[in-house]
Amino acid sequence: MGLPLMINNDDNNNNKVELSRVAVSDTHGEDSPYFAGWKAYDENPYDESHNPSGVIQMGLAENQVSFDLLESYLEKKNPEGSLWESKGSCGFRENALFQDYHGLKTFRQAMASFMEKIRGGKARFDPDRIVLTAGATAANELLTFILANPNDALLVPTPYYPGFDRDLRWRTGVRIVPIHCDSSNHFQITPEALETAYETARDANIRVRGVLITNPSNPLGATVQKKALEDLLDFCVRKNIHLVSDEIYSGSVFHASEFTSVAEIVENIDDVSVKERVHIVYSLSKDLGLPGFRVGTIYSYNDNVVRTARRMSSFTLVSSQTQHMLASMLSDEEFTEKYIRINRERLRRRYETIVEGLKKEGVECLKGNAGLFCWMNLGFLLNTNTKEGELELWDVILKELKLNISPGSSCHCSEFGWFRVCFANMSEKTLKIALKRIHEFMDRRRKVLNC
Amino acid sequence: MTRTEPNRSSKSDSENSGGGGGGTTAMRVIVPLQGVVQGRGGLFLGSVIPCAFFYFLQFYLKRNRKNEPDSGEPSPDSDPSSGSPDPTRSQSVGNLTELASLPRSLSRILLSPRLSGGAVSVSGRAGCVIKGGDSPYHVGQKRVEEDPYDESGNPDGVIELGSAHNTKMDWVSEDPGEAISDGLCMSGIASYEPCHGLIELKTAVAGFMSEATKNSVSFDPTQLVLTSGAASAIEILSFCLADSGNAFLVPTPCSPGYDRDVKWRTGVDLIHVPCRSADNFNISMLVLDRAFYQAKKRGVRIRGVIISNPWNPTGTLLSRENLYALLDFARERNIHIISNEVFAGSVHDEGGEFVSMAEVVDTEENVDRERVHIIYDLSKDLSFPGLRTAAIYSFNESVLSASRKLTTLSPVSSPTQHLLISAISSPKFVQRFVKTNRERLMRVYAELVKALKELGIECTRSSGGFFCWVDMRGFMSSYSEKGEIELWNKLLNIGKINVIPGSCCHCIEPGWFRLCFSNLSERDVPVVMNRIRKVCETCKSQN
Repeated sequence: MGLPLMINNDDNNNNKVELSRVAVSDTHGEDSPYFAGWKAYDENPYDESHNPSGVIQMGLAENQVSFDLLESYLEKKNPEGSLWESKGSCGFRENALFQDYHGLKTFRQAMASFMEKIRGGKARFDPDRIVLTAGATAANELLTFILANPNDALLVPTPYYPGFDRDLRWRTGVRIVPIHCDSSNHFQITPEALETAYETARDANIRVRGVLITNPSNPLGATVQKKALEDLLDFCVRKNIHLVSDEIYSGSVFHASEFTSVAEIVENIDDVSVKERVHIVYSLSKDLGLPGFRVGTIYSYNDNVVRTARRMSSFTLVSSQTQHMLASMLSDEEFTEKYIRINRERLRRRYETIVEGLKKEGVECLKGNAGLFCWMNLGFLLNTNTKEGELELWDVILKELKLNISPGSSCHCSEFGWFRVCFANMSEKTLKIALKRIHEFMDRRRKVLNC
Repeated sequence: MTRTEPNRSSKSDSENSGGGGGGTTAMRVIVPLQGVVQGRGGLFLGSVIPCAFFYFLQFYLKRNRKNEPDSGEPSPDSDPSSGSPDPTRSQSVGNLTELASLPRSLSRILLSPRLSGGAVSVSGRAGCVIKGGDSPYHVGQKRVEEDPYDESGNPDGVIELGSAHNTKMDWVSEDPGEAISDGLCMSGIASYEPCHGLIELKTAVAGFMSEATKNSVSFDPTQLVLTSGAASAIEILSFCLADSGNAFLVPTPCSPGYDRDVKWRTGVDLIHVPCRSADNFNISMLVLDRAFYQAKKRGVRIRGVIISNPWNPTGTLLSRENLYALLDFARERNIHIISNEVFAGSVHDEGGEFVSMAEVVDTEENVDRERVHIIYDLSKDLSFPGLRTAAIYSFNESVLSASRKLTTLSPVSSPTQHLLISAISSPKFVQRFVKTNRERLMRVYAELVKALKELGIECTRSSGGFFCWVDMRGFMSSYSEKGEIELWNKLLNIGKINVIPGSCCHCIEPGWFRLCFSNLSERDVPVVMNRIRKVCETCKSQN
């Protein structure tokens, strides 16, 4: 007579209750240097008067350059400082009670018109195809849930925004297969790179469901060329897959003429089976500098995707108060035209300041034309041309220069030594101080090398 | 194919099911194959056998995939509110309502849905929503949107008694000056803030939750994670506590929303544990236990139990004994408890006592506290549905840590957070609001129950929340789900009131309906009663 096997965990009262794989996985990516630098900043943040030797945050792509424009607009509209467009119980009740996942019609119309304005009227947006989500992060995840099954893949060109590892993969179970781009052609996506990525997935028995690009690119700070977009769409048609274009920085292109949205390309296409595979993600966080408001959108040319996304947006709705607040602002033609124009100009000037400042120190950046950051090449400073070498340098920059910048490896860049440096989340003065620190560092280094 | 080769089929079947049969069975299949290979047996066998194998392989995979805990595939039955087919109830045919229940078919995933021509396909998760028909929940909602009742403007419109809105509390008129701060300025709210909520708001929410328990529990703000709505809160917990292919036990009738919130994107299943009218729809621990072990036998791993307190849809308050029994149950099986307490602040029965799960575990060991997770929703108790702010309260640091990160995908907007901070931080305002809300709900509920009784309609005793769980079994043409849907249709199309049929709540007994009364003022009750009377008379004459 054998002893009964103690295999039933349920009988063991001392067991801690378990969590899911999703809960314990590190796919949230918050342990990467991308986020680790933020922690260092949080612990010792730079302040002009109180902490001048603190860490300057250059790892966060936030737009504060045109904040004054927003503030003055709101003051003009609501002198008492209230954010309620229509005061009193009527306005408030409407806001508090409305909770439909279709979103306020006036707000969707305002978003559509704002998106059209950013593209210089070269594409039309139908408010009924706009699905609202609480941020672009949620929009990207939602689209991934809709377009791909667990273990399927999305092709994403490298380098890419580190957050995608979380947003596209964590809960969805979908994989990212990188489309490797390199500096030989300014990191543009080539048809060969696309084919290679597709084949790689196929060889590993992974089903590719779409390509996801960011245009303008994060972290490159550069727009995708029209020809490259057309080739990309062709590729997606040939392989019968989706194309998602995250255009969150579309309003931050320095010169409007240099940006081609995938919407423009689709505008001239009648073939529904081509149009239906295209989806655009947008958010007000970057262009308007309102990340805290958490307003994102999915714009899809596919009715089924719109319908499903709308229902799925129940998990990530934008509060009606926020929608109402922004609806009037975004439909104010005069304000939006002025804002977009001035914002672009200021970003361009900032970009030129930092790039020229770096050039003086012998540091080259990728030629950029958009976004809140520049893509800097410090390959020549690496001790070894490896990921470890890059992280070593990143650590030095964080600890010695007290600058938090983002290493290319956290963006899955195939070349080492590239760093993303944000310049729009600080005052001009702070930017100059950051450049000064870089100058001092390079000076010290030159002296050491000359000895 | 299978019909022409019955013997071979059954052998193949037993082969594939890994049943006995052993050598001889195998030989009976292999020998003809050898014949094919060696040129004997011919084309017929050569094509039949592989085809038969193919079909039976599909069949075997289908059956076994169902039982596999880590299939990694979401349930295809993912239409948010149609719910999984309950074996004890007939499939709804409902031509009248254009319902289309989703057959549970895993081939939908094996052979992914393709639209016509060269059109690009969407995922299994999306495909189910597209192909599935609308449930009464959505159909009714749509009707209300198209033809909403208005006392003066549209007196013949459809009255919404389906959804849990609380539209009659006007908290601006309660105390606008004090409550809402007009001094919200841009610079404080535009930047990135913690997605899981500002500590000031968490503190205010914790205070509000304590108020709901009449201060018998003190909630720690650092154990709160805020997110944009109860749907998101439940989904986040589902992602954290269970893997795809696992399941939660849910006593029914339950909230219609769970089908979407728990199952849709997570791949986690719900196993309904029926409660019966004979027991006043109380949870039977015996039935719960049985469900647990039946699931286990099928190879399904249960990760937790989901309860709601006050109960949606019956409005019952769970007693202290109930809660302790549930905690014992969870402890013995080492599983979680999700306690959905979204209606905690809406207890309208003076004799009723709301006991939060937090109070029950207050004196327990850590290992037990860590299995309890509470969901709270400001929108319900404060009539704030548009402001999208709900909370997860947990004693489990790992769950809190994962939930905090997950709220990047469903954060609360910062202007909303700031507005709420100013509103609910004022203790006077909160107390007055909660008191007024309770009194109003109590009055409307009393009116409603009295009026229903006059029509010969009983309901269970509701002590909290916005619902009346109404017994309309006597008015159905047949005691079946079909009969219930027919009655629901009459209520919607003849009576022009939108109520939720018990099937949406997975009630095992047909004929019960969920009626939300938080949208009604006392003046509206007679209007609703007239409409119900009309339907009842129609039913009586037809039956």
